[in-house]
Amino acid sequence: MNIPAERPERDEIAVRLDGVTKHFGKTTALDEVSLHIRRGELMTLLGPSGCGKTTLLNLVAGFLVPDRGAIAIDGLEVNDIPTYRREIGIMFQSYALFPHMSVAANVGYGLRMRGIAKAEIARRVAEALALIKLEGLGDRKPRQLSGGQQQRVALARALVIRPKVLLLDEPFSALDRNLRAAMQVEIKEIQKKLGVTTIFVTHDQGEALSLSDRIAVIAEGRIRQLGAPDEIYRQPADRFVASFVGDVNVLRARLAYVDGATATVALGSVKVLVPARTLQGAAAGAAVDLFVRPEALRVAEQGATVAAQGVVATQIYQGGHVDLYVDVPEALSGRVLLRLPGHDGTSRWPAGTRIGITLAADQAIAFAPAAGGTQIGIGAPTPAASAR
Amino acid sequence: MPNLLSHSSSHQLLRLLGGAIVIAILGFLVLPAFVVTLAAFNGKAILSFPPESWSWRWFVKAIAYPDFQLGFRNGLIVTAWASSIALIAGAAFALALERYEFAFKHVLEAVLLAPLVVPHFTVGLGFLILAAQIGVARGYAVIVACHVVLVLPFVMRSVYVSLRNLDPRLELAAASLGAPPHRVLLTVTLPLLAPGLVGGWLFAAILSFNEFTASLFVTSQRTQTLPVALYNYVREYADPSMAAISVIYIMVTAALLIFANSFLGLAKVLNVEHSR
Repeated sequence: MNIPAERPERDEIAVRLDGVTKHFGKTTALDEVSLHIRRGELMTLLGPSGCGKTTLLNLVAGFLVPDRGAIAIDGLEVNDIPTYRREIGIMFQSYALFPHMSVAANVGYGLRMRGIAKAEIARRVAEALALIKLEGLGDRKPRQLSGGQQQRVALARALVIRPKVLLLDEPFSALDRNLRAAMQVEIKEIQKKLGVTTIFVTHDQGEALSLSDRIAVIAEGRIRQLGAPDEIYRQPADRFVASFVGDVNVLRARLAYVDGATATVALGSVKVLVPARTLQGAAAGAAVDLFVRPEALRVAEQGATVAAQGVVATQIYQGGHVDLYVDVPEALSGRVLLRLPGHDGTSRWPAGTRIGITLAADQAIAFAPAAGGTQIGIGAPTPAASAR
Repeated sequence: MPNLLSHSSSHQLLRLLGGAIVIAILGFLVLPAFVVTLAAFNGKAILSFPPESWSWRWFVKAIAYPDFQLGFRNGLIVTAWASSIALIAGAAFALALERYEFAFKHVLEAVLLAPLVVPHFTVGLGFLILAAQIGVARGYAVIVACHVVLVLPFVMRSVYVSLRNLDPRLELAAASLGAPPHRVLLTVTLPLLAPGLVGGWLFAAILSFNEFTASLFVTSQRTQTLPVALYNYVREYADPSMAAISVIYIMVTAALLIFANSFLGLAKVLNVEHSR
């Protein structure tokens, strides 16, 4: 007897999108998007507003129907299956709690729709309220709860039905900063504990980096890069990803030579090793843009070789580290950001100090110069944008 | 210092003046009801103010008067039908206008709101001519149809405002939790629209019960509503029965509003407060 071959997509892929296209009138919201989300994984859809990430979420939820392509949940194509039979849980930015029902009735709503016995509903609602640490608040109305509590109720309501996929639509945008960090930790813990496959939509790259198992960076209806947070941050596929995810400095440099998978780029009197794959077709001596993260830049010791010279413009004290904004002619925007650990940066390099800058080894990536004009997000971050 | 003093005293004067104006306006609003109420208790058979002697007898006479009894009964029948039909039609139209895009949407909206612009006597006359043309006697159907047209805009407005305040994501959330469309409607949409629906129905009922101008054209001796009966009465008699009926009118309407208030909260019914 022949034992059927293993079917990994049936067992490991919880949500599968193949060649999904969606138009709104003449605008293309999603263009031939394929994405396979593994069971139990927290997949983040990251991109600027209007990039198509929310459209993708709405397609998985069944609020929208794709023009072309197939969507499958647990190996079952759902294109023609309405939302209410898809077994999904969704949490909106506005929480969308039913204002005329108590907290317990909100959480139990999905169970009532499934015709589950009252005693069982009561037991599972109590269990869910314990999970989100809101025992004893079941009789309250949603408007009597704080924003964070409302969000936890929305999460419990979505999880209590044991969904095949949990969809989170910008869930933290409405919370203040301290609460946001606490909720992120809590949701991540609950997600791992229950092992529920999760699709998380956000425009906040910090959230994406800290919460995700994998990130799909989306722009203009296409996935620009798919990978683990570290991969996205350290090995961005293109200029857009490099500048959208995390703070980055862009410096004008020259390609010295290419040797197999590694290219050598000259910046001042410093040679920098970068991956060659992003410089396909560039000739030795060609101008390239070197992308360097703020924490990969250092202040050069006296007499050491420097990549560039500059004058300290502004210091921002951030507690654990100091952000140093330095005017450097080689920078595309005329200014670079150095993120220096410790707290002595403020006294050692006051504004107006002339300093040499050097690079930590192997932490840069180079791209061919942008064809004409600036792109979204390119250039050194401004103090306002990076002061989190 | 003196400057500050004069400023504060002029401020006080303004406040007093403002208070006086508010009281004057409120007084002006309730004055007709006040005068009529006192006139209803007049002991003499004339409509005068202030009355010289006091009596209940006009209430007794008004309630016992067959034309008023008939008018009251007719009015209730017409109001019940007209406001209920207007509620269903108005809610359906409001839902269509708010949720769907279709050709001539603005035309439909304009037509539905037209009775606000067209005078009541025009509507009444129109229905009278139509009814005569197609050979329908001046029965309840014509009056009810006429009233539906007149109160529809008010119901529509009321439901429309409630719909605008309803977050569509609540319905999406319900669907994601496994509720098929009819259960979303019953468990989420309708309960949240209830204040708007009750408010719209209440508006329609009060307007329909009080409607006179159009009703004058489309009612007959047999089907006349209470306002028409009152008009016919006042053409022949001028005793305080009229005033007594007016007082009963005010009491019934007030009772209705108090009932609505205790049931749902008047602010919600009138869509003053938007709770989310």
